[in-house]
Amino acid sequence: MSGAVDTGVAIRTNRVTRTFIYLFLLLFALFYLLPLAVMLINSVKPLSEITGGNMMALPDVWTFEPWREAWSSAQIGVQPTGLRPYFINSILIVVPAVAISTIMGALNGYVLTKWRFRGDTILFGMLLFSCFIPFQIVLIPMARVLGMIGLAGSVPGLILVHVVYGLGFTTLYFRNYYSAFPTELVRAAQIDGAGFFRIFYRILLPLSGPIIVVTIIWQFTNIWNDFLFGSSFAGQASQPMTVALNNLVQSSTGVKAYNVHFAGAILAALPTLIVYIVSGRFFVRGLMAGSVKG
Amino acid sequence: MARPVQSDLRTRLQEWIPKIVLAPSVASMLIFVYGFIVFTGYLSFTNSRILPSFDLVGWHNYWRLFQLPTWTIAVQNLAIFASLYIAICIAIGLTLAIFLDQKIRGEGMLRPIFLYPMALSFIVTGTAWKWLLDPGIGIEHTLHLWGWESFHFGWIKSSSMAIYTVVIAAVWQSSGFVMAMFLAGLRGIDNEILKAAQMDGASNWNLYRRIIIPQLRPAFLSAFVILAHLAVKSYDLVIALTGGGPGRATELPATFMYSYTFTRNEMGVGAASAVIMLMTIAAIMIPYLYAELKEPK
Amino acid sequence: MRSYIGRTLKMASVLALVAGSAQAEDVEVLHWWTSGGEAAALNVLKDDLQKEGIGWKDMPVAGGGGQSAMTVLRARVTSGDPPTAVQMLGFDISDWAQQGALADLDKVAADGNWDAVVPAALQKFSKYDGHWVAVPVNVHSTNWVWSNKKMLADLGIEEPKTWDEFIAAMQKVKDSGKIALAAGGQPWQEATMFDGVVLSVGGPEFYKKAFVDLDPDALGGPQMVESFKRMEQLHSFVDPNFSGRDWNLATAMVINGEAAFQMMGDWAKGEFLRAGKEAEVDFGCFRTPGTAGDVTFNSDQFAMFKVGEDAQAAQDAMAKAVMSPSFQIAFNTVKGSVPSRTDVSDEEFDACGKKAMAQLKSASENGTLLGSMAHGHADPASVKNAIYDVVTANFNGDYDAETAAKELVKAVSLAQ
Repeated sequence: MSGAVDTGVAIRTNRVTRTFIYLFLLLFALFYLLPLAVMLINSVKPLSEITGGNMMALPDVWTFEPWREAWSSAQIGVQPTGLRPYFINSILIVVPAVAISTIMGALNGYVLTKWRFRGDTILFGMLLFSCFIPFQIVLIPMARVLGMIGLAGSVPGLILVHVVYGLGFTTLYFRNYYSAFPTELVRAAQIDGAGFFRIFYRILLPLSGPIIVVTIIWQFTNIWNDFLFGSSFAGQASQPMTVALNNLVQSSTGVKAYNVHFAGAILAALPTLIVYIVSGRFFVRGLMAGSVKG
Repeated sequence: MARPVQSDLRTRLQEWIPKIVLAPSVASMLIFVYGFIVFTGYLSFTNSRILPSFDLVGWHNYWRLFQLPTWTIAVQNLAIFASLYIAICIAIGLTLAIFLDQKIRGEGMLRPIFLYPMALSFIVTGTAWKWLLDPGIGIEHTLHLWGWESFHFGWIKSSSMAIYTVVIAAVWQSSGFVMAMFLAGLRGIDNEILKAAQMDGASNWNLYRRIIIPQLRPAFLSAFVILAHLAVKSYDLVIALTGGGPGRATELPATFMYSYTFTRNEMGVGAASAVIMLMTIAAIMIPYLYAELKEPK
Repeated sequence: MRSYIGRTLKMASVLALVAGSAQAEDVEVLHWWTSGGEAAALNVLKDDLQKEGIGWKDMPVAGGGGQSAMTVLRARVTSGDPPTAVQMLGFDISDWAQQGALADLDKVAADGNWDAVVPAALQKFSKYDGHWVAVPVNVHSTNWVWSNKKMLADLGIEEPKTWDEFIAAMQKVKDSGKIALAAGGQPWQEATMFDGVVLSVGGPEFYKKAFVDLDPDALGGPQMVESFKRMEQLHSFVDPNFSGRDWNLATAMVINGEAAFQMMGDWAKGEFLRAGKEAEVDFGCFRTPGTAGDVTFNSDQFAMFKVGEDAQAAQDAMAKAVMSPSFQIAFNTVKGSVPSRTDVSDEEFDACGKKAMAQLKSASENGTLLGSMAHGHADPASVKNAIYDVVTANFNGDYDAETAAKELVKAVSLAQ
């Protein structure tokens, strides 16, 4: 019964509350930004300033050498190639894997909601449960299977692995999204003689924008950041970015060039960061329409 | 004469198409998920060490598993970690979402700031966190330099507190994502109902407690699924932050399983721990999935 | 279908070889030597091979002292596509050989007379069932103590010869307000110190009984209790922030004069050298007090995997190149270790390296060259890690010395 509530717009808050809210949000923004700030600040410092000084202090001497080094001349293996060549490998793996798993997820979601059949819920339950399988246990059998079908150590092999273990989530997203979609429309189109794929292309797909964004963000992030599969199943020519970054950061001896490590880390994360920032608005909208609806 | 047959064929084909479309996913799931689970289950009864072997040894691996103090620590840690992580992420995520939903200026700026940690891999954010939490160079050191001499924050160096630093870093990574899910839920709530309730004189607090939060139930459930899955799989995080230390104080089942399977050459014990883990997940997830999937009918 | 194409391509390449082209196959090398110095040293090998027309396919996977690389290896072998050569340590080699995955290098070994030049203790790991399966690249030893000479001189501390002198020296450093012992709290680092401590308490006989024979009486006996007590003594000399610290950061503390001693394998020397410090002038090296004359070693080796006949020639050439004195010198002067063959001149090595080479030779002759427990040269991975668990629990204060000895017996028997 607080008197501060006005009628009209749904929620009203008074000034004190609003100040508190702003402070709270800013505080958390600081909390979230802190590690990134540490990484950014220290990636433009010469190494001597890092080892001798305050990690939060701004650099006395600004240098972009660590960035250049991480990108094109840091020692990754025997050769000082930097992260550049691995960037391309990652793209070659991520783009098809995201595309295929998203398309398959969309079709699965479509079937599971609009073309229901006996046992579909159980199938979906099983698919969903597969999201929880710890990836470590699949390494050895997966390696065997990849070897048998001749895809060991190749980019198509890695794509296959990522598609298979991404299907659970992509199907979940699309199923939840499409379940809110009026089935009557589909039935009406069916009566008009439209086929399975035609209905999908013409009716569902044009309205699937937000959930496609969510799925792509989710898959892109997961696959781009994957280390376990990338290191185990990639060949010498197809190692992704994370494996290279790991080699850069985890080298066992020598002075740890933290500035180069941080620069490399930010470089490696750049594609996902850009995806998040550019599509942040669609992301919430997509979640709104999709995954949060049981 | 030929026409009805053809159209009959067409409708029958139409009936089959959905199943054909679903078939590759189902087949790959059966092989690559459930087939591999069965395989792992089998391995847990064998004397596999460096590579899979097929000599059965009965329950020996399970017996050994439960003799190992590290496994007990790992399971206890998972209980602490998962419950705190899920609870705190949901609390922070919900609070941030509710606050952001108050027509906040700069929402467009704040949202990506809250969300971005999810985009980063822990291979290196782990290093940044390790620095921040290290009393010798991190927050404690910085505050000392800034004059707050008595400040002390050395959890990461203490066997009993280190697991909580893992919670902090994990919450940092995923609470923004949870925020986005709740925010989406909040934006989906019909304003008319709220207005009506306000007419009846409900306070903000009651509005949230009685009407809005109950309506977010699907968002709670989705958040729970995603967080539970991340908690169980947490591996990179621990490795980057503490390496399982001090001692074995922050070992989790995922790190335990990995180290037994791949670095200790005890694949049998690793498989046994994986089976226990999967059964635990199943015990939690199956009732949830059942409740969740039963509803739409 | 694909594998069919693959096979056809391979056939074609074999045909090309038969057709008289001098182009040999490439070697694919899985390793975790990714830091600047190590990679530069490895580059020497790469260039040597290139001169013979053999290409080098680099497969670096760093992390966890080779843990990630070993995981990758398992995936590669399971998928039927093993690399040519893999960097490997101690018992891992025997384990893989036992799986029948390793190649036979007897012919190259006979040509190079490896039997005579490689210390017998090393051969135990390079050979399986009497056949050469791996090529040793270097010999590290773990019972070293590194010191900051200037700090010791300032405090008037002599190089300690016995354990009690060592403790007294560290007490003196601690009293002066500096850190006595630079340590990194990671299980393998604690176990590295434990190597030296056990040896100092019981000598080579006890070390062998405990770590090689895994005799429960030795593992749980009074000498082991004493060893754990010494670990507790050491713990009182480390700084409060030691846990989780990387070993090279601990070395940096000695280099920068923050700490007086570090007990670490001789890879630490590489850090001193890179920092422009001179052996026995700026920094000192001495064996863990009480272990003079004994050497606990570990050796990086290239285990050679079975490859097709067409790749055999390249593999053999690589094995030969690894054992060549020029590569052994080039690599080991950078890495801080000593060559794996005892007939190499020590001219290029610094004072500590010369000392290490002489000690290696005499220890090998006296039978006091022992495999390092901490680095998988005394026991298989399962036992080694079980010992780690107890050592780290003791060092971090979870077990007192008596409990630790009891738990050690239990842990080792469970892991066998």
